[in-house]
Formats: sequence, C-alpha cells, structure tokens
Amino acid sequence: MAGQTDPHISLFSPQEVEFMAEDELVEIVPNMNMEQLNFISGDFGLFIPQIPTKVPLWLAVALKRRGKCSFRPPGWMSVDNLTQILEAERESQSTFQALPFSYVEIARLLFDHAHDDIPDKYMVRSLVEDIRDVRLHKLETNLGSFQGTSAVKISNVSAMEVNIVRPFVRRALEAFYKHDKPEADVGRDTRSSRQQREANNEPRRPLRQR
Amino acid sequence: MASSSEVGGSSADYETMMSTSDVELLKRAWRNEKAAPEILQYEGALVERAKEQIELVEETIEDYVENGKDPLLVSLYQMDLDRTQFLLRSYLRVRLLKIEKFMFHNLKSEEAERRLSEQERVFATKCADDLAKHFEETVLLKLPENYQSVLKQSQISEVDDMVPQPHLDTFVVCRSNNFVSLNLYEEGESPETVEMERGDLYFIRYKIVKGAIESGQIDLI
Repeated sequence: MAGQTDPHISLFSPQEVEFMAEDELVEIVPNMNMEQLNFISGDFGLFIPQIPTKVPLWLAVALKRRGKCSFRPPGWMSVDNLTQILEAERESQSTFQALPFSYVEIARLLFDHAHDDIPDKYMVRSLVEDIRDVRLHKLETNLGSFQGTSAVKISNVSAMEVNIVRPFVRRALEAFYKHDKPEADVGRDTRSSRQQREANNEPRRPLRQR
Repeated sequence: MASSSEVGGSSADYETMMSTSDVELLKRAWRNEKAAPEILQYEGALVERAKEQIELVEETIEDYVENGKDPLLVSLYQMDLDRTQFLLRSYLRVRLLKIEKFMFHNLKSEEAERRLSEQERVFATKCADDLAKHFEETVLLKLPENYQSVLKQSQISEVDDMVPQPHLDTFVVCRSNNFVSLNLYEEGESPETVEMERGDLYFIRYKIVKGAIESGQIDLI
C-alpha cells in the first residue's frame, strides 16, 4: 500500500491474530490420563483416554505435539460443509458466508500439527484455500465501491481478513470523511488532528492521509 | 456436538460464558487498547488481580519443579503463564506507547489524565518535563523571544497548537455485544443512526463508538 507512514503496517501482526484465535475451544481425544488443569485462563480436564474433552486451541496443539491426544476436527471443517460454503461464496458477489471468526487460524494450525486427524485432508485443505481466495477477492473488488459514509457494515468477515484490509479501508474511509465534512472544519482539522510530528519537517501535503 | 450445527453461535456463547474470566477480560482490554487511537481507562483492578494470579502460578510452578512433578504438566502450566504474562505486558506497553506519543496532551487534558494509573501519571510527568527541558536547552532558548514555548508555536497563538492530539476520527473495526443504536452525526447535522445487531462487524469512526466501548457494549477488533 503506497504512502504508509505507520511503523506497523497493520494494527495486529499475524502472530497476534493467531494468538487471539488460540483461545478458541476445540475438541480433542486424549490417549493418556492426566489430572485437571487449573490454569489462570480456566479449568480444563479431566483427561481420560478415549473420552473427548474441550480445550483451548493452544493447549490442544501442545498436547498433540507431544503425542498425547488426537484432534476431532470441528464440524464446519467437513468436506460437505466446505463445498457448500465455497459454492455460496462464488455465487454471491457482495455477501460473505458465515464462518467461524478465526477459521483461517484454526484451519492453519490444524493442518500444520494435526493433518492426520482430518479425514480427506487434501480435499479439505484445498477447499479452505479456495474459500480464502474467493473471499479475499470479493473483499478487494468490494473495496472499490465504497461510498463516503461514516459506518460500513462488514458481516461475516474473519479476523485475518479484517486485519489484512484494515489499513487501506481505514485510510480510504478517513479520506472520504474528511472531504465530505463542511469546508469550515477542514482548516481546523488539519492542524489539531495531526498525529505525532516527525522531527524531519515533512512537506505538508493537504491531501495526504493521516 | 453443538458446534457442528451453529457456527457463529457456539463461539458467541463461549464468549459470554468466559467473559467473567480475568484472562478474557484482559484480552478484551488489550485488544481495545491496541485498536483505539487514544488512551483508554486504566483497568486497575483487573491488572492487580492478574498480577496476583501470575505470582501464584509462578510459585506453584516452582513447587512442582522442586517436587519433581510430571514435566509435561509443568510445561503446560508454564505456557499458560506465558500467555497471560504476554497479555499483561503488551497491555501495559501499548499504554506506555500512547502516553509517549501524546505526552503533552495527556497531561493537559483532564479527561485523559483521569485514565492513567498512578505510576503512569508519574512517568508521563517526568517524561514531559525531561522532554521540555531537552527542547528548551537545545533549541528553544536560541530562538527569538516570542517562539520559546514548548506548547505554542508563538506567543501570538491562542491555543497550544504544538501539542499533537490523538486522531479521534480514525476508523476502527468493532463488533457489538448487544443491540446498539448510535448517532452517526453529531452537532445537529441530519441525525442519522446506525443500528448494530449483536455480532455485527462494522468499520466506523472511533468518535461514534467511544462511549459504547467504555460501557462495554462494543468491542474493538
């Protein structure tokens, strides 16, 4: 994106988005005995072999990596469901299908660490990637059709997707808002709403987005 | 499995169920603080509770290690501890960053000053003093009389126009927890309202949702 002045390209780094997603509950089937875990984030357990239990994603991945459990893929990750969603995404140009908010991160973590627990893993993986592509493409084309409003509704967009488009949409909407406001406010605005000034006197370009 | 039929529903229920957990509250505070252009109210009680719990778990882990408890258990507890510590530290760091960015503004505006914790206020005052002194000694005293103020461009200025202020018209992404109806335009321009259902995502100007965030009805993403 041209003309970025923020030190961070996006508000949250992808790792931070993943961090937030890691608190989602998933179902695992432990293969060993373990006592209940009394974490700061909550209590999880008991762990009894072959009895499924719900734990946060980060805990599930940690256990899986040590070979202590296997995953039960979430219901929305079945081939049928994903095919349905993919078709619906392709049909509609402007609406997004309902997917879990962190579906990108959950799918990625499962593929990385638990691919042998997913039935038809290659099919599922290619479906998820197709869905991501279609949605991203939809987002990009819809971005061109923004009007100057103060609020834009984006339903069913997932966390990762929001993070990707956030910088651009934010500055586009700000530009719209600024040019829509009455003229009297513009002079006051450029002065008092200046963000932190860098020490190297940059030439003031009135149309530049802050 | 309830999660197979409802996709957004089960995670929303999970959130309400977990919303009383301190970690969840801390996560929410961290997210809001990161996304908001200005500094938000300091969650003193939450930070204290979190610190206590962290210390408790640290002691427990030490005990476990000494008693030779299952290393797997220890490492899991350690991971949970690390996650909580990261949230707490990042939250405090983001606030410090904002304080440094809008140093003079935070001390001038009463509203902003109320939102700082005791230690933050001390830090901000010291920092501002140091910065002002630095400017004066290196540059300002060498300028002609009328231009020597840190806060004003010149003596003729009526307002403190050298003070950068947070950009409250920034657009943010937010999700509402309840049904909320908000006023789009202030100051008597054609009052339009935007209504948000629970769970809707919006790109919206920060100023509009500012009050709702403070009351907890809306979260920033």
